[in-house]
Amino acid sequence: MPQVQKAPEVHDIVVIGSGAGGGTTVKVLTDLGIKVTLLEAGPMLNPAKDFREHMWPWEVDHRGVGPNAENYFGKDIYPFGYFLAPNGFWNIPGEPFTTAPGSDFKWFRSRIMGGRTNHYGRISLRFSDYDFKPQQFDGLGTDWPLKYDEMAPWYDKAEDFIGITGTHEGMRSAPDGKFLPPVPPRVHEQLVQRAGKKLNIPVIPSRMAMLTKSVHGRAACHYCGQCGRGCRTASAFSSSQAMVFPAMKTGLLTVISGAMARELLVDGSGKVTGVSYVDKATRTDKVIRCKAVVVAASACESARLLLNSKSTLFPNGLANGSGQVGRNLTDTVGHAVTGVIPALEGMPRHNSDGIGGMHVYTPWWELDKKNKDFPRGYHIEIGGGYGMPQIGSFRGVAAKAEGYGTKLKDDIRRYYGTQVSFAGRGEMIPNEKSFCEIDPVQVDQWGIPVLRFHWQWSEYELNMVKHMHKTFRGMIEAMGGRVTSPDLPANTLQAISAGGEIIHEAGTCRMGENPKTSVLNKWSQAHEVPNLLVVDAAPFNGNPDKNVTLTIVANAWRSAVHLAEEIKKGNV
Amino acid sequence: MEDPSRRQLFQIIGSSLIVSPAFAQHVHSEIAAVKSLSGGATYVPKKFNRHNFLLLRKLGEIIIPGSTESGAAEYIDFLASHNDELAAIFNGGFGWLDNYMQKTYGADFLAASEAQRTEVVDKLAYTKNSVPAVAAGVPFWTWTRNMVVDAYYTSPVGVKDIGFMGNGAMSSFSVPKEAVDYALKRSPFANEG
Repeated sequence: MPQVQKAPEVHDIVVIGSGAGGGTTVKVLTDLGIKVTLLEAGPMLNPAKDFREHMWPWEVDHRGVGPNAENYFGKDIYPFGYFLAPNGFWNIPGEPFTTAPGSDFKWFRSRIMGGRTNHYGRISLRFSDYDFKPQQFDGLGTDWPLKYDEMAPWYDKAEDFIGITGTHEGMRSAPDGKFLPPVPPRVHEQLVQRAGKKLNIPVIPSRMAMLTKSVHGRAACHYCGQCGRGCRTASAFSSSQAMVFPAMKTGLLTVISGAMARELLVDGSGKVTGVSYVDKATRTDKVIRCKAVVVAASACESARLLLNSKSTLFPNGLANGSGQVGRNLTDTVGHAVTGVIPALEGMPRHNSDGIGGMHVYTPWWELDKKNKDFPRGYHIEIGGGYGMPQIGSFRGVAAKAEGYGTKLKDDIRRYYGTQVSFAGRGEMIPNEKSFCEIDPVQVDQWGIPVLRFHWQWSEYELNMVKHMHKTFRGMIEAMGGRVTSPDLPANTLQAISAGGEIIHEAGTCRMGENPKTSVLNKWSQAHEVPNLLVVDAAPFNGNPDKNVTLTIVANAWRSAVHLAEEIKKGNV
Repeated sequence: MEDPSRRQLFQIIGSSLIVSPAFAQHVHSEIAAVKSLSGGATYVPKKFNRHNFLLLRKLGEIIIPGSTESGAAEYIDFLASHNDELAAIFNGGFGWLDNYMQKTYGADFLAASEAQRTEVVDKLAYTKNSVPAVAAGVPFWTWTRNMVVDAYYTSPVGVKDIGFMGNGAMSSFSVPKEAVDYALKRSPFANEG
């Protein structure tokens, strides 16, 4: 056992995790004059050094394939490419997880200041009224202990601060917000809009966390389309640059990076008194004493921390009297179809970078349709344009078109920029067979017991994928295009994303009114432990087709303000 | 390693200013003024012997004319010097090809005539021409072709060839009308106005 060192100082609030939830908490509490200590398992971030924005592939000898040609041999040392922001891994050396037999689950983890917000897609969609009351809506899932109207003012605050593009559309499935001006649609996107019109599928300006106008001292976007690489001007939102760094300047925030939380400590009255963590650099255990803890380590990592915090008072893990910690795990339903559009061949070349990702998208459009064979719905993310050529960009066309020399060059030139993709992002209904728990025998390199995942899609999600596939084919064909993706296989399980693959894990500490069936109250406070909050996507009841980040920020914001009020009243 | 335009761009990006389209255009034309990644005749291969390196360059030129300037052979040599499996694929391929050429034409690949080289490459490149005698060379051909394509289009000369015009910085985003008109005219929506 490493020697346990006890720090004598009692900190006010300790926040664990620096992504969307932790970053928001740090920002809001320091803005209110409260002292905060932030624990991040990864290193500090230096955008000037760590972001590879604007780099050309030839600026590194290996052009992005990996210094030892890893990508050619299927070893993805850079999960989304060498040039993307330092963003984490599907498999972290020394920090494994396990899956139960028959469960296909991937777990993406970021260990860096700002977490996954450094590289995420930045699609920012409000949940709708029925998303907060899904059980009332169609009898499936469980309701949040709050309604849309209670979240709406916090969405306003979040959007106002983050800066999100968009337009007012008046659609129930896509509530309007406080928007910055949208970005004009690219050529292929204009064709998609025409196809949508023909098929009665709305294609509206996308809602993205990029600044089409300067806000809160952050520069306006310079339209290089490389948001995923990390944005040095912070024109694309990240919690590291927009929230944590400014909070550090207040003098109220202490940042401890390289700190892997092991366990939350409680006193005899059942209140949290501190956090035991591993100082990774020295491999020593340390304890930080505090008055309250806000956990925002990501839905599964937060559940793991609670489940590993066992004591006489909490033999099943901290705040887990309901047995719901780790349960109700959901991810987004993913399925994509790509095609090539002959109308785009030979088009006059131009710069189509824009903001990183799509300029238009399709919100769910069949909310009122009866007799569907799946509940709720999905949105469509649209891809295409003249991307910067990368390693592998033309492997598809090279494989399809035999030959060499001028012919090969002509084939590649003709193909470039003609590809479009439609990716469905749909709602999964929580089920009893999808959850995470502590693996009984395995620990990671820090001696912390790891998670074991159980995963099963239901017929709902599989039927949704069939609907997606048919819709996307129809869109490509309406554009006069040719589908290049394979047909939907007879076994739809081969066409749906793996659990966790879309990186929208949610629901492992759901909030509710009843302490017997939920972990947190409506303020993200543990029913059983008032000075413990969880503010990532763990509190979510369900996982609507709106992606998780904007709602994490809005919910963390309202929870932090409530926590500050409770502190003021002396309740925490 | 950075050329002045790159440094300038980073200075501007770093100081959070909005960059004019004119500057973006300037950056783009700087890039268009192609920088060769080829180490030229003086390049000392890190992994391959001199003969095989020149053979690789020759193959590269056949696959993508202009790939010498893109540093395709240097790219493959660099990676082979860091990956034994890759080195074995290429060294094995060079050995097979020269041996096949010797047996068939009495000269190795570089010494053979243009017509002889074309004859063997056509057998490697097209399934319809494939014969059992060259089957052992096809995986090597595919590796070379893929990596030469990768190297070429990730080089300044390849980026210019394909017409990628992005990676700049501008104060607003717009889509040229002639591009929209071009696509609409060729699409099923041509008559919608």
